[in-house]
Amino acid sequence: MTTASDIVSTAEAEICRPWLRHILPHAGWTALAYASVAEQWILLAHWADTAQAHALFLDPAALTVVPVSTPIENGCYPALSPFLPGAAWYERMIHDLWGHAAEGGTDARPWLDHGTWPHARPMATRPEARSAGEPPLLAGAGQDGAMILPHGPIWGRLDEAAHLRLTLDGPTIQRAEALLGFTHKGTLTLMRGKSPRAAARFAARLSADATVAHSVAFAQATESAMDIGAPPRAAALRIVMMEVERIAAHLDNLAEVGRLADAQTVRTRCGLLRETLLQASETAFGHRLMMDCVVPGGVATDIAEGGPEVILRALGAIASQLESVRRLHDGAVLSSRLSGLGRTGAQLAASLGVGGVVGRASGRAFDVRSLLSLGYGTLTPRLAVRTNGDAAARQHLRIFEIEESLRLVSLALDALPDGPVTVALPHVSGEGIACAESVRGDVWHWLRLDHGQIAAAFPRDPGWALWPLAERVLENAAADDADIIRASFALPASGMDL
Amino acid sequence: MTRTPQTGGGPPNPGESIDPDGSVDPETTESLSARLEAAAQTRLGRSLAIRHVNTGSCNGCELELRALSNVLYDLERFGLRFVESPRHADVLLVTGPLTRNLRTALEQAWDATPDPKWVVAVGDCAVDGGVFKGSYAVLGGTGLSIPVDLTISGCPPPPARILAGLRSLLEANART
Repeated sequence: MTTASDIVSTAEAEICRPWLRHILPHAGWTALAYASVAEQWILLAHWADTAQAHALFLDPAALTVVPVSTPIENGCYPALSPFLPGAAWYERMIHDLWGHAAEGGTDARPWLDHGTWPHARPMATRPEARSAGEPPLLAGAGQDGAMILPHGPIWGRLDEAAHLRLTLDGPTIQRAEALLGFTHKGTLTLMRGKSPRAAARFAARLSADATVAHSVAFAQATESAMDIGAPPRAAALRIVMMEVERIAAHLDNLAEVGRLADAQTVRTRCGLLRETLLQASETAFGHRLMMDCVVPGGVATDIAEGGPEVILRALGAIASQLESVRRLHDGAVLSSRLSGLGRTGAQLAASLGVGGVVGRASGRAFDVRSLLSLGYGTLTPRLAVRTNGDAAARQHLRIFEIEESLRLVSLALDALPDGPVTVALPHVSGEGIACAESVRGDVWHWLRLDHGQIAAAFPRDPGWALWPLAERVLENAAADDADIIRASFALPASGMDL
Repeated sequence: MTRTPQTGGGPPNPGESIDPDGSVDPETTESLSARLEAAAQTRLGRSLAIRHVNTGSCNGCELELRALSNVLYDLERFGLRFVESPRHADVLLVTGPLTRNLRTALEQAWDATPDPKWVVAVGDCAVDGGVFKGSYAVLGGTGLSIPVDLTISGCPPPPARILAGLRSLLEANART
């Protein structure tokens, strides 16, 4: 039997740094999808441009990333979804944006296109004037007399816009169906034709609590495409910012889950610690969320005078209270509420390629910081894995990761190299891929430059893997638990709505 | 009122004799109650229920709105609170550039909010579309769909600025 690596290695390739992008004919593309299941390759991302469909695979055994493409012929390419169920949402997105049809795909309903744009397939060479009619978006209840509980797209609490439709059987959720695309802002067309520095503002606004991670992945993809590197001081400052972002976002999640679980002490304490850290970020980097602080070629500005001390003071406050936050999670209120709640299956999480806290809580030891991303080098982030897969395991991992990030920030600040924080960007053409570990898992950015301008780009947010998993996990859960399960998954919308 | 309320924490001075049932000065009582009434009119007589509507935000404004509830800003001490339904709201607080996909949802929320109502656009995107201006999927600011009373700019605006904006709305509301 031909292995996936054989199929890829015999194909011709285009230059894409740091991993060559292989061009497969339709038959090879389908054969690879088939072989990838047997060899447990993970589909990291799936997107397109006007001429090709692209897929990004991870070979977990060899720990390499494999970008592959196949040409679009007569507006079609062979679907991956019959083999890789996680590809279905990507295929719907590709159809809505570029108009390419996935032949043999499992789901042909629209995804981002809710019938309100002035043109259909806006990313195609020739967008099509909209024909009338509302597209069918949801699969529907399926049976008569079932109780439907619709949530969103505008939620009662401060949250992202997404629609979750729960079909109930008494108090139990029988079926959960998510519909996203409400916050689609046309980010990919806005990035096109801009310089990487200008386009970085859009990468930073994909998902605000992962703004640094998305900015870093975008910047590193640009630098790979140009075959340059950020200066050492900038690389170290990026790590500081990414870890500070991780601590702040985990604290926000602990506070939010604490609020929903009626653990007010956790809510107030984590909320205040987060605020202290955000104020320190503002002093050190000039922005509370560090938005636009990372740019292609380096970082926007150097850390402020006295900034390291301010950050370290805030981290000290967090370190001093972390043990009591952990004890509160072991206490009666939280442990009884969160144990067994929203349990994820290890196999499903692995096959969907779910990373981040949710993946690591269900036994998938994957963190791009220690495996693939640049700059961590000697810092060697420690990885914790749980196998329970429930909300309690996720919250405990978040606490562990806060502790680990505290250590990483101190180490990075102690050894902050001197020198410039940015390099000039050459006006060259090229293609690059890079990743970063955001608070929800691995983000991947691919882009193609044409004489220093973005010709095409695609960011993969962890939401693409998290939502399909959340749909399955919500099935058979109690309807009253939906909010807290959703919060413990930290489900995003904007990043994958593009 | 027959007893003077004891609010001090310390024990009574043993040198002074305290008569718990002694008469109180009616003039003091009178002036205190007048002051209390005036203060209650300005401080307690006003409160605003806020319904948040996300019209396509990147979640940055939501993060800062969530921070308003932490003990440092503690929005509720000003009589401001978030509610779950537009039917209970005095204020619609809108974040994000108005995407075409969320226009109907915003208009439905506005229709469902009882009069008189205020609309606050929070963040550069809600003010005029921000960086997403000109996209095929974005109409622009909140004002293109419903009338806006107050804009709070910033990307995202820090909690202190949002709070200052909401408090000025509170002042204005108290005068009407």
